Amino acid sequence: MDTVALLIIEVLNGISSLALTCAGLAIIFGMMRVINFAHGEFMMLGGYTTVVATNAGVNIWISMLILSPLVVGIIGIISERLLIRFFYGRLVDTLIATWGLSLLLIGIVTAIFGNYITGVSAPLGNFALGQYQLSIYRLVLIGLAVLLFVGIYFVFTRTRLGLIARGTMQNPDQAAVLGISPPRVYMITFGIGAALTGLAGGLLAPISQIIPTVGFTYVAQAFITVITGGTGAITGTIVASGIFGTVRQLVTYETTPIIGGVVLLIVAVVLLRLLPQGITGKIFRRSL
Amino acid sequence: MKIALDLKSWNTRGLIFVGVVMLALLFAGPEVFDLFVLLKVILFVSTAMLALSMGFIWGFGGILCFGQSAFFGIGGYAYAIGVINMGESTVPILLSVLVPAAFAMLLGYFMFYGRLSDIYLAVVTLAVTLIFYAFIRSTSGEEYVIGNARLMGFNGISSIPVFNWPGFPNSPLWPDDIFYVATTLLILVYFGLRILLRSHFGRVVVAIKENETRAEYLGYDVRFYKMIAFSIGAGIAGLAGCLFVSFNNFINPDVFALGLAAQIIMWVLIGGVGTLVGPMLGSLALQMLYNWLGTQTFASFLNTYLVFGAIILIFVLAVPQGLQPTARLLALRFLPFTRPPEEKARGGGDD
Repeated sequence: MDTVALLIIEVLNGISSLALTCAGLAIIFGMMRVINFAHGEFMMLGGYTTVVATNAGVNIWISMLILSPLVVGIIGIISERLLIRFFYGRLVDTLIATWGLSLLLIGIVTAIFGNYITGVSAPLGNFALGQYQLSIYRLVLIGLAVLLFVGIYFVFTRTRLGLIARGTMQNPDQAAVLGISPPRVYMITFGIGAALTGLAGGLLAPISQIIPTVGFTYVAQAFITVITGGTGAITGTIVASGIFGTVRQLVTYETTPIIGGVVLLIVAVVLLRLLPQGITGKIFRRSL
Repeated sequence: MKIALDLKSWNTRGLIFVGVVMLALLFAGPEVFDLFVLLKVILFVSTAMLALSMGFIWGFGGILCFGQSAFFGIGGYAYAIGVINMGESTVPILLSVLVPAAFAMLLGYFMFYGRLSDIYLAVVTLAVTLIFYAFIRSTSGEEYVIGNARLMGFNGISSIPVFNWPGFPNSPLWPDDIFYVATTLLILVYFGLRILLRSHFGRVVVAIKENETRAEYLGYDVRFYKMIAFSIGAGIAGLAGCLFVSFNNFINPDVFALGLAAQIIMWVLIGGVGTLVGPMLGSLALQMLYNWLGTQTFASFLNTYLVFGAIILIFVLAVPQGLQPTARLLALRFLPFTRPPEEKARGGGDD
């Protein structure tokens, strides 16, 4: 019985951490169609922000929930202004440019902090589930992931800002005619996406090891999940996170995390062969 | 696109020039270089072949594969495992081509028949190589044995036998011979690709890259051609891996790591997408830069990622065509002759 409960919590954990990893990318790639290969590095920067701030004596919740998104959001806007905006609409060039950005960010962080593993310990301590000890923070993380996606959904469907953003993505010329500046909307949307990515990096910092190259463990899974999600970026990402998170966690439970990653990839490739348009290309077609 | 320029000006003189330079390298190599330099040159030859495979599938097939290093590594591991088990190198060399090609065919089936676009392809291939990296690193246990070969995880497989004369397992090749073999293979692959690109198959592959929809309307099965081109590129990358491994006597999972995957893209980007000589020169230039940086004290704060990232950004922003086409355009612009000698001196040639 305890084992079943443990397994359910593990699966929910897998889903929520995957969904958190994908949240920023769902906006930047899923909605804006900008290939941000530096996504993993934005998460890494979020993680470092939390670690550095917490070790400097800042409250860990403030570091995770405020400082990480703020710092990475600013870095995102700077990258957008200096680099990414020149490549809008040129997918392959964006891919290579952001790949260069990703290596550069790893290089800068390595030069500053060195190629060592750092981390912070999770707050809130443990609770007992039968014979198992579980971290309370992992449960909080599940709740935060749900809140985050509800928040994103609300902002993009119920607010004026979200309406403007979605309209501009669909038809920038029409938006410009209506007096909206598409470059500004792109900049702000990219910044929001980057901030969410930083937030995810910060929130996942206590349950993962932070090294400069940690981003690459995230980037492939994040892209695969958002791609599999399809055109309805938010809904698709949630559904795909659900599928992949479950698969990965169950296989990991039976074998090793590496085999879990392999199986996730195989499932993704086969799924894309069956549903080339992604999950929301076939079902949930009218979702966001 | 600028690539069309390359297709139009199929130039035999340039090709002869490339051939002469390569043959000169082949025959003069062991005479000119001492052993230390010769060993370095063999390494360059294997990376040049890897660059060539990427130059082919990206520049001519339009397939932006972020995990070409996966095929390089698979080829290397296939050779290592084969030669340790068989005690003889001829069949393992073939395996090092066929195994990655077959794997690429399988992967390509899912990717191209699933009609994944460029982006998805890049992500999937990158994920594949990183997963190989993680997987092979985790194989240090006793249970990961293929025949007589233990995979040894992140320690890598060492004392891998070098090439031997076909049929004579006890007569290994000397470094001079390996140099001849490697360089000959590089020349064969280069001209093989050139011939392939002139053939019907090659023309269709380039046509698909230029305009996929139109090629499809003309009745070509785009998916099939892409899958085969991808598989050919993987076979060449595997052969490069085999050369690399037999020359080093050693392979470890770092061949699947991000560093190499990034470098392959950079070689082609720097050399010029849509050329074949460019990527080879790109690989040479980048490795010489890298070796040189390693010896400079002022550069101690620099690390691989920083340098690589900066180079990619500079090229993608300032020299997006790569060095070879840029050198060629500059030469054509400022020199009134159609094929000025200066251009060749810069390694332009036609290619």
